[in-house]
Amino acid sequence: MSETRTMSEAPAPLVEMREISIAFGGIKAVEAASVDLHAGEVVGLLGHNGAGKSTLIKILSGAYRADSGEIRVNGAPVSIQSPRDAKAHGIETIYQTLALADNVDAAANIFLGRERLTRWGTLDDAAMEAETRRVMARLNPHFRRFKEPVSALSGGQRQSVAIARAIHFNARILIMDEPTAALGPAETAQVGALIRQLKAEGIGIFLISHDLHDVFDLADRITVMKNGRVVGTARVADVTKDEVLGMIIGGKCPAGAVPGPGASL
Amino acid sequence: MDAFRKLEIDPRLIGMMAALVLIWIGFHVLSQGAFLTPRNLWNLSVQTSAIAVMATGMVLVIVTRNIDLSIGSVLGVVGMIVGVVQARLLPEFWGLEHPLTWPAAVLVAILAGGLIGLLHGALIAYLAIPSFIVTLGGLLVWRGAAWWVTTGQTVAPMDTHFRSIGGGIEGAVGAGPSWLIAGLAILAIGAILLVERRRKLGFGFSVRPVWAEMLVFAVAAAGVAGAALVVNAYPLPMGVARRLADAQGIPWPDGGIEIPHGFAVPVLIAVGIGAAMAFLAKRTRFGRYVFSIGGNPEAAQLSGINTRRVLMQVYGLMGALTGIAACITTARLNAATNAAGTLDELYVIAAAVIGGTSLSGGVGTIVGAMLGALVMQSLQSGMVLLGVDTPLQNIVVGIVLVTAVWLDTLYRRRIR
Repeated sequence: MSETRTMSEAPAPLVEMREISIAFGGIKAVEAASVDLHAGEVVGLLGHNGAGKSTLIKILSGAYRADSGEIRVNGAPVSIQSPRDAKAHGIETIYQTLALADNVDAAANIFLGRERLTRWGTLDDAAMEAETRRVMARLNPHFRRFKEPVSALSGGQRQSVAIARAIHFNARILIMDEPTAALGPAETAQVGALIRQLKAEGIGIFLISHDLHDVFDLADRITVMKNGRVVGTARVADVTKDEVLGMIIGGKCPAGAVPGPGASL
Repeated sequence: MDAFRKLEIDPRLIGMMAALVLIWIGFHVLSQGAFLTPRNLWNLSVQTSAIAVMATGMVLVIVTRNIDLSIGSVLGVVGMIVGVVQARLLPEFWGLEHPLTWPAAVLVAILAGGLIGLLHGALIAYLAIPSFIVTLGGLLVWRGAAWWVTTGQTVAPMDTHFRSIGGGIEGAVGAGPSWLIAGLAILAIGAILLVERRRKLGFGFSVRPVWAEMLVFAVAAAGVAGAALVVNAYPLPMGVARRLADAQGIPWPDGGIEIPHGFAVPVLIAVGIGAAMAFLAKRTRFGRYVFSIGGNPEAAQLSGINTRRVLMQVYGLMGALTGIAACITTARLNAATNAAGTLDELYVIAAAVIGGTSLSGGVGTIVGAMLGALVMQSLQSGMVLLGVDTPLQNIVVGIVLVTAVWLDTLYRRRIR
């Protein structure tokens, strides 16, 4: 079927999710979904609201546990039971909601759950702020509000805090859930430039988006989901936007794509 | 205003101190000079201790978007257990007035309170029962349990050493130790300010101008020294002073000897716990997790924080602090009664909320809550001093609580 099944020829993908299923109270949110991602590659995950793409990705980031299926990182099966496990495998996530604690400052958010400690075991706020200043200088050079709770920041500033948190800890796999949904055009362009830069550094990125233009612009491949199942996977170069729309809306898999279990006949 | 900002002190803290000063001066004038006396201030400090200890824990509970309505009843049951342990069980084991009785009793109180708190926390965190319900149930259960410990009998008297935990004449440390403690506290404040400044400079961050740093230190040091002056200006009653003098073989002159009280033990306990809790809240991982859970529980969980365990620990801590407050209360009354702590949960919640803790979670300070406790107690003992009837006292406290929270809401909206 997809390239992932010909592992003997290519190096093992960075991440491989195979036949993943999860149900909530009898409703199958994701059913036998398989996706993969290589180093330095951007894979766009497309589909309507409720198509299962966010749920699938939350299984990878450790927020949900799959009922069945297998996750492999660099070809080796791994067990992801919690966000901590995912992070241990270099999987970082930027959630659509950003998942920031609004009442604490940028440094506290970036280091949440991974605090720098002094040699007496207390929080090393000065060191964390210094590192925050370095990483923010790279992402958002105009950022100055290091002491304020992130609730006081603009949408773009909050976004850069969420991105900083994801990339600061040597992520190898980055999941971005609607990274530009809340941003203006300039900030969207900034995120686009960042994605290209991270890709060049060899990081694999799952990009979840509603915006076909964004995805065609940034992604190497796309996987379309509908009703919890994968309609198909294609190289962006092999399909047109209209064909992808057909996959999203009608579940029709075009000739340029590899059909999945969710493709209608 | 700009100079004010350079001090880097929460304006609300200043506001609360100003309110406290106004209340004190107001009562002083109304009572024709009876409020701001060493005697009254000393008693005020002792009466505030138990509520202040519990308020430090309540801040963390409310910061996680929860509530604890059970602590008054938990104080009641733990007080009864402590009473029975030291007045009945331990004397049978190693006799009356054994030197280890008081530490054993305190340990039992902390453990009993902590276990009850952990139980509440487990029900809230792991069974997902709303904290309001769990602790409302706890309010009824533990008040009933307090009665069951002795089927309603009051236990008295307490061990002599234990009694000093509650203050009173045996529970004050005297003039010399008070000055020593004040001196150490001032040194500690100076050291903390200096270390913080060095750290920030080491990373090239902006720091307060030197004058602001000196001003903060001077005000804090003056506050500590002033407190020591006040407690040392309140002499022991003549009879007690005489007994002390006789015990130490000092001849008793005709005019008598003025032996100062010094700091009351429960006040030192409360201040020590306040410092420890402020450290826990601001400088440790646990405190950071508590606040981030309050800010966004989902974000905390997605960051890999075991939010359930942290929540359970918060309740365990609240219970342990209630255990300490039970010791203070029981020691102060020199008796364990099953009604001890009735309505304390409301005073503690009010103290935390007046002190700037937001009921929607994520916001609150330990210092604020302790000041809030002092404001509440000042209002109450001031009205007692003026001879205001209890019903009217309640009405005033209720109105002040609502008004304080309203003002805080206005302030928050304005800075937004």
